Amino acid sequence: MENTISFDINDIRKQFPVLSREVNGKPLVYMDNGATTHKPKAMTDAITDYYERINSNVHRGVHHLSQQATDAFEVTREKLRAHINAEHAREVIFTKGTTDSINTVAWSFGELVKPRDEVIISTLEHHSNIVPWQMMCERKGATLKVIPMDDRGVLDLEAYQTLLTEKTVLVAFNHISNALGTINPVKKMTKMAHEVGAAVMIDGAQSMPHLKVDVRDLDVDFYAISAHKMYGPTGIGALYGKEEWLNKLPPYQGGGEMIATVTFEKTTYADLPHKFEAGTPHIEGVIAWAASLDWLNAIGMENITHYEAELLEYGTKALSEVDGMTIHGTAPQKSALFSFNIEGLHPYDVGTLLDQLGIAVRTGHHCTQPLMNRLNVPGTIRASMGLYNTKEEIDTLVAGLNRVIPMLK
Amino acid sequence: MSESIQERTTDIVDEFDMFEDWMDKYDHIISLGKELPLIDEQHKVDDNLIKGCQSRVWLHADYDGQNVTFTADSDAIITKGIIALMVRVLSGQSPEAIVNADLSFVDEIGLKDHLSPTRANGLVSMIKQMKFYALAYQSK
Repeated sequence: MENTISFDINDIRKQFPVLSREVNGKPLVYMDNGATTHKPKAMTDAITDYYERINSNVHRGVHHLSQQATDAFEVTREKLRAHINAEHAREVIFTKGTTDSINTVAWSFGELVKPRDEVIISTLEHHSNIVPWQMMCERKGATLKVIPMDDRGVLDLEAYQTLLTEKTVLVAFNHISNALGTINPVKKMTKMAHEVGAAVMIDGAQSMPHLKVDVRDLDVDFYAISAHKMYGPTGIGALYGKEEWLNKLPPYQGGGEMIATVTFEKTTYADLPHKFEAGTPHIEGVIAWAASLDWLNAIGMENITHYEAELLEYGTKALSEVDGMTIHGTAPQKSALFSFNIEGLHPYDVGTLLDQLGIAVRTGHHCTQPLMNRLNVPGTIRASMGLYNTKEEIDTLVAGLNRVIPMLK
Repeated sequence: MSESIQERTTDIVDEFDMFEDWMDKYDHIISLGKELPLIDEQHKVDDNLIKGCQSRVWLHADYDGQNVTFTADSDAIITKGIIALMVRVLSGQSPEAIVNADLSFVDEIGLKDHLSPTRANGLVSMIKQMKFYALAYQSK
């Protein structure tokens, strides 16, 4: 459906004070949103408001401030539930971020894994969706298998089908690749996994800022979320898990908040979601995250997806005309992310000079060394768009490349 | 190449003073990288890689009983330019002079401030490695 609400980019940019600063004497062009996004004023105001008006520990105190903090904390849980269309708020566990969410499942689910069970991941994964599973497989004597991809960065679903067997206990892959931008067919791949009885864990770090995610429609068992990549605070994230699974898994960490009763002989655990939330949480982060969610929903995820698709189309065309350009990742379903190399040039050199021009990109292997090996490159230059980027900024990137390439050749 | 380390670093500071814009300074670093004499291919081995650099940097040292000669290479041209600066300052000097070298010129030309933290760490690793070689020769 074509969107009808106008998307006022100037108004949006005004809400990000950092976007009007200069870097190395040039207006900042921030294109490292895959690493972290900038924060709207509404979110940073919420942090200040929390400390100036409420600051208190949650879930404990009888006093008024603690009650207010707890209420605000739980409001975020409910908003996040609604945002991803989970059935119950107790299926939303607050974590430190995507990595922490994946490690939680890798450890807790791992306790149910037996020797010779199999776990499947994909070639497109970030190290944080590889290493925890390797550690789990090592710990439990299980086997890790990898879904291959084609040269465009599209996963080979036929090969995936042959990897799925009755031995498969879990399949973990990302919704959107951080290095190439590929949008994976989560719903289809989840259905295929469920047909052999395997659980599915999705790394949603890169999808949450760009897409409307509906965990019930996707029917995934676990979904990992990071706040700071979706215009929220750093140090906070969430793990969505189906209630049935979360009840089945043992808690990951012990401590305060996660218990029902404690004696020296035996401890019983709290109900969901607290069973997985040991210790004082990142209260300020959780509360301020709600402001980011409100802000995103006021714009509308569909509007964001639509606008960023325009940036993808415009940028792909503009960058393709740059001398010596190879764009890595050309999947038909792709987010607004440009991973590329310039013939004969080291990505690091290009990134360094772009920085001198005020253009922030990321260079290197993007924590995806196996994927870089598959592409046979040491790394790439990655310009990852956010909803505040503009076509004019893409022009600035292209002009910047046209200036630095002759210098480096 | 017989001037002292002090003279060589003063020359470099003067050179960099000629450029106002950092893009021009980088341009100069890149041309120094392009002019860096080729390292003997047999020395481009993993044992000669400097740890702590995001791009690959090979450093080789030779000692003739009086002076140390450094050769180096990198797969990134800016890194190569930076190591060319270091080679220009320290190559052909005695181990004692290298060990005691005052290398504050990298701050003076503003290089450290204009490098990303990973690259600045790489520069520190380069200097450490060069001084380490000199220290080893000094004790021979």
